[in-house]
Amino acid sequence: MTNAMHEPVTFPVTREHPLDPPQDFARWREDAPLRPMLFADGHVGWLATGYAVSRAVLADPRFSNDVQVTHPPIPQRIRQQTLAKFPGFFLREDPPEHTRFRRLLTGQFTVRRMRLLEPRIEKITNDRLDAMEREGAPVDLVQSFALPIPSLVICELLGVPYSDHDRFQRDSSALLNLDNSIERAREAMESLLDYVRGLVARKRDEPGDDLISGLIATGRLTDVEITGASVLMLVAGHETTANMLALGTYTLLRNPAQLAALRADPSLAESAVEELLRYLTIVHLGPVRTATEDVEIEGQTIRAGQSVTVSLSAANRDPGRFGDPDSLDITRQATGHLSFGHGIHQCLGQQLARIEMRIGYPALLARFPGLRLATPGEEVAMRSNMAIYGVHRLPVAW
Amino acid sequence: MRIKADTDVCIGAGMCVFTAGDVFDQDEDEGTVVVLLPEPPPDRHAAVRRALQVCPSGALSISEDE
Repeated sequence: MTNAMHEPVTFPVTREHPLDPPQDFARWREDAPLRPMLFADGHVGWLATGYAVSRAVLADPRFSNDVQVTHPPIPQRIRQQTLAKFPGFFLREDPPEHTRFRRLLTGQFTVRRMRLLEPRIEKITNDRLDAMEREGAPVDLVQSFALPIPSLVICELLGVPYSDHDRFQRDSSALLNLDNSIERAREAMESLLDYVRGLVARKRDEPGDDLISGLIATGRLTDVEITGASVLMLVAGHETTANMLALGTYTLLRNPAQLAALRADPSLAESAVEELLRYLTIVHLGPVRTATEDVEIEGQTIRAGQSVTVSLSAANRDPGRFGDPDSLDITRQATGHLSFGHGIHQCLGQQLARIEMRIGYPALLARFPGLRLATPGEEVAMRSNMAIYGVHRLPVAW
Repeated sequence: MRIKADTDVCIGAGMCVFTAGDVFDQDEDEGTVVVLLPEPPPDRHAAVRRALQVCPSGALSISEDE
C-alpha cells in the first residue's frame, strides 16, 4: 500500500449520532487504519484510526508530545497549542523533563492511595445526592452532581479551597471551549496561573497535608513549575470525570436495558465504568504525536517531523479489538481501551476517575429509582465545541 | 511463568495492580511497579497476561517455563 492511494483527509468533527464517533472513521479504519491527513495549518501528516496502530504510536518513544513540534488537527486546536506551553505542563513535554514531573507525582496517585479515598468520595457523593433531594426535581445533573464530585475531590487532594470553585471552574471551562477567542482563553489561563501561584506561595509559608504542599516539600521543583503542574491537575481533574458522570448517565438513560442491568447488579459497576469509558471516549479530538525520526508502521513511513493524530474514539470502536464495538455492553471486558491514552502520558488520575465513577453511577441509580431525563433526549445539547466531549446540561427528574 | 518488571520504564499508571492486585503492587513513593508474586501460580497466568497487555509503558515482561 502506498501513500499515493489515499488522498489526505481532514479530521471529521461532525457526528451523525451524538454518542457515536463521526462515521468516516469506520470506513477509513477498515480501508487504512493509518492514512494521510491534512492538518489545520496545511501540514500533511497522518490519522490513526485502528486500535493496534494507535497503541503503537502512543507507546513509541520515537514520537514526541512536545507542543512546539506537534501540528493542530483542527483549526481551534491552534489556539489550544499556543496555550499549552508553560513550565510544569508536563503532559506536553518529552522525557527527561516529563519523567521528572511524572516521577514526583505517580506515588500520589497509586491504586492503593486512591482506594483510601473511597470513604471520602462516598461521603461527597451522598452529600450531593442529599442536596439534589432537597432541591427537588428537575435538577441539572451537571451542576448538582457530575461537576461538584470530581471538583471537590481534586480540590481536597491538591489542597485548593473549594470555596473558590466558581472562579476556577469558569476559567477551566473557558479554556476548553473551542469557540472562545484566543484572548479569552489566554485570559482564563493567566487567571488560573495567578490563582494557583498565590496558593503555592501561601503553602510555602504554611504547608498543609495536601499534594501541592507535598510537591513544595520535595525541594525538587520551582514554584513556577509547581504552579504549572497544579493548574494541569486542577483542570484535568475537573472537566474529565464530570463529563463522564453526566454523559455516562445520559447514555444509560438512553439504553434502558443496560441501565436496568446495572441497577439490578451494582457489582457490574467496574465493568460498566470501563465500557462507558470505551464507548464514549470523551477525549475526542486528539492526541497528536510527532515523529522525531523516520518511523515504519503499518507498512507506511512516517517521516521525521510529521504529526500523527490518534483518534481514540475510532480506536475504541475497532471491531478487531472489541466485538460489536458500536453496542454498549456493560458486561464486556472493555479494559484495555485507550480512553486514558497509552504510553508514558497515560492519564495520571485514571484510578481516581475510576473510583469516582464506580461509586457515582450506582449511588445515583440507587438513590433515585425513577431517575429519568426531564427533557427529550434528542434535545440535550452535546459539547461538540469543547476539547472534552459531554453534555452542557442534563435536566433530570425522578 | 516468571515476571520481570523494569521500574526505570514504569510510569506508575497502576494498570497492573488494577488488573491483578494479588500479583502486583506499587511503590509507596514513586508509584512504580512492585512484583508481589514473581512466579505466579498457574491460575493467575491469564490475569498476568492481561496486565501485560494493558500496561501503558511496556515495563512488564514474562518468561514462560519450558
